[in-house]
Amino acid sequence: MSIISAPNQGLRAWLMTDTPTSRRHAQLAALYSAWLSLRSNTMAMLGLCILILLLLVAVFAPLLAPMDPLAQDLAGRLAAPGEGGHWLGTDTLGRDILSRVIYGSRITLYIVTLVALIAPVAGLLVGTIAGYTGGIVDAVLMRITDIFLAFPRLVLALAFVAALGAGIENAVLAISLTAWPPYARISRAETLTIRNSDFIAAVKLQGAGPLRIITKHIWPLCISSLIVRVTLDMAGVILAAAGLGFLGLGAQPPSPEWGAMISEGRKVILDHWWVATVPGLAIFTVSLAFNLLGDGLRDVLDPKEGKSG
Amino acid sequence: MSNLLDVENLTVTFPTRSGDFDAVRGLSFTLGKERLGIVGESGSGKSMTGRAILRLIRPPGRITADRMDLHGQDLLSLSENEMNSVRGQKISMIMQDPKFSLNPVMRISEQIIEIYRFHTGASKKAAWDKAIEMLNAVSIRDPERVMRAYPHEMSGGMGQRIMIAMMLITEPEILIADEPTSALDVSVQTSVLTIIDRLVKERGMGLIFISHDLNLVASFCDRVLIMYAGRIVETCAADKLHEATHPYTRGLLNSLPRIDAPQSRLEALVRDPAWSTAPSVSARQ
Amino acid sequence: MSELEFDHLNVWFGENEDRVDAVKNAGFTVPSGASFGLVGESGSGKSTILRALVGLVPTWSGTMKVAGVPMGKKRPRGFYKDVQMVFQDPYASLHPRHSVDQVLSETLKLHGFDDIEDRIKQLLADVGLGPAFRFRYPHQLSGGQRQRVAIARALAPEPSVLLLDEPTSALDVSVQAEVLNLLADLREKQHLTYLMVSHNLAVVAHMCERVAVMQNGEIVEVMSVHEMRAMNPAHPYTKHLLESSMGYKPNA
Repeated sequence: MSIISAPNQGLRAWLMTDTPTSRRHAQLAALYSAWLSLRSNTMAMLGLCILILLLLVAVFAPLLAPMDPLAQDLAGRLAAPGEGGHWLGTDTLGRDILSRVIYGSRITLYIVTLVALIAPVAGLLVGTIAGYTGGIVDAVLMRITDIFLAFPRLVLALAFVAALGAGIENAVLAISLTAWPPYARISRAETLTIRNSDFIAAVKLQGAGPLRIITKHIWPLCISSLIVRVTLDMAGVILAAAGLGFLGLGAQPPSPEWGAMISEGRKVILDHWWVATVPGLAIFTVSLAFNLLGDGLRDVLDPKEGKSG
Repeated sequence: MSNLLDVENLTVTFPTRSGDFDAVRGLSFTLGKERLGIVGESGSGKSMTGRAILRLIRPPGRITADRMDLHGQDLLSLSENEMNSVRGQKISMIMQDPKFSLNPVMRISEQIIEIYRFHTGASKKAAWDKAIEMLNAVSIRDPERVMRAYPHEMSGGMGQRIMIAMMLITEPEILIADEPTSALDVSVQTSVLTIIDRLVKERGMGLIFISHDLNLVASFCDRVLIMYAGRIVETCAADKLHEATHPYTRGLLNSLPRIDAPQSRLEALVRDPAWSTAPSVSARQ
Repeated sequence: MSELEFDHLNVWFGENEDRVDAVKNAGFTVPSGASFGLVGESGSGKSTILRALVGLVPTWSGTMKVAGVPMGKKRPRGFYKDVQMVFQDPYASLHPRHSVDQVLSETLKLHGFDDIEDRIKQLLADVGLGPAFRFRYPHQLSGGQRQRVAIARALAPEPSVLLLDEPTSALDVSVQAEVLNLLADLREKQHLTYLMVSHNLAVVAHMCERVAVMQNGEIVEVMSVHEMRAMNPAHPYTKHLLESSMGYKPNA
């Protein structure tokens, strides 16, 4: 025990130091202190654990799934949980629901990752440029944002998917197109307060141009609140993706997307509850996990909620 | 001298990731009908002391003391409800910046009258008259107009006068002023101090004046406590502050630039670690 | 030779009916190597003059010259190599997510230096911070240490003029003494010209040779520090400021 803990202690002290000795060291120490405050938040850790579990399930889906998610068995259709070796039962075509939910996690992660990569980046670009430049650029960019905000999210996504055609990629695109305006607004609001601060004035006095100021000085400060917001929004993205799937506009059958699975189960929900309930619970759990993690991250990252008072 | 406030071994503790941190450590002092100054640098615990007397330390912060008596009544044993009637009625506090102490969406009249009626149960008419009287007392020329105004329509100096009027309308026995003038310009400072001074004298209140400005405390107060790292390192009569003996006090005094005499270099304060471990000096009388 | 020249300088914010005149018809000169103080209360326009000079406030008229070169709408490329500024609040003037190393190396890069490594070490030594401070973030520094970093950043391009905007008003008096000593040493060593803004007359008296007193955007009096120390001002407002700064006097 002591053999293991001794270098451990050394590493801990190295990470907790107030006097870092290199750039890398300083960054690691900053990360470690953020990790420490996140770790002290039990609910956030619960959320993080669920999401790591989801990731592992998605990666090892072929090993974990007891059956082929697409294999139909019309004789064994709508088997109750536990019946015939199907732990969570089978659906209307006799496919194993557990295997489908496991493979469905891949689709969910795929959608979530793509949206998380597209929407905040677009929002950050539009918001910081609008906020820093001001004037006409700001007015034009923000009015465009307002137009997107004027429509309910799902309705707008529906319109896009209807125009682009059904499919996961188009669903991702549609969701991203409806998700970026709030990020643009947040980034713009942050930029407006940051751009008048003394440290921006100070770097202007070193002759820095707008491009450098936006990317090197404003982005790092906007990103933390965006990460929090993205994490909290992920639940909504999963639901929107499920909603599109449910309406038949997202993932196409026979793909085991959770929303599409609920849609199929809807027809038999009164007699065979498990068909819709199991993917529903999966959506619920993952959404909850993202929300818990988002709340925890807000405590760690959002400087406005800081504890120094 | 009869003591209004008697504090013994006051300690304020905050738990941190690396163990408990004592912001105030074993402070003992008394307050009579006098102007007691508390000076120290940022982080010396001077503001914490003022807040601790009113039990305004938010959890997880903890206040402990062997004694914290107001007229023999133990403040630490009071319920939160009883404490609410002490705050504002018997002990009032003026904060540094009036901007953050006044409610921006309420008219000044509503705020003053609410405080007065909460503590005395007087009628609206009586409260209005009393408020006008108080605004007059803090040298506000047009009290009727000020009563109808919102805080943002007031300048810093006016805001601070209104705060003083609000805090004194209940005729408290003790006034705690935490840097009441450091957000104000020097010319306004003098008039605000004059008002505090006059009210304290006329009404026979005890004043705790918390400040970082040694010259100001020396010229304004009767008695001074000098705090360092949560402790009292020295206590003396205010007019004798410039003859203080503790090396920390001396260091502070010598580090000040002076108008009357040119110095080639300012003396840098060399901190002795022993100062922060030495026991707190008692300022009980 | 005059390093800084201001003549009929007007600075305003807003337009038309919202226009606020922050500086009205100000004029003074600062000789090369001198230290000049601007004192006044908040809102008197003293900081605005500095901000107008470095181009942070574009709405001004009149003449501003640095080393004889009149300033136009935009600052020429080399301007910031000559003129640098230290801001009032060291808690606001350092980027909260940038380490000392990042702050200084970015500044040096922007000014086109190559030997960044050596210069960072030298700058930290110049402002009295050891190499141990190099990779710290602002939240790991005290107020005085932050202000030293801000001074190091201002010194990085090797300027000849340093504009000091209340450089110690956010600091405790003992730290103020250290920073003022540092500024005095640097001026002597690097032959800097200082233009210092402060509301604290004692600080200005300690640092400067000449002082301009401002009230409501106007310079009411320019005097030498000797005249100020003798408590012998010409203008009643200066007299009032001087008296108020000496501490509390009943019935004042």
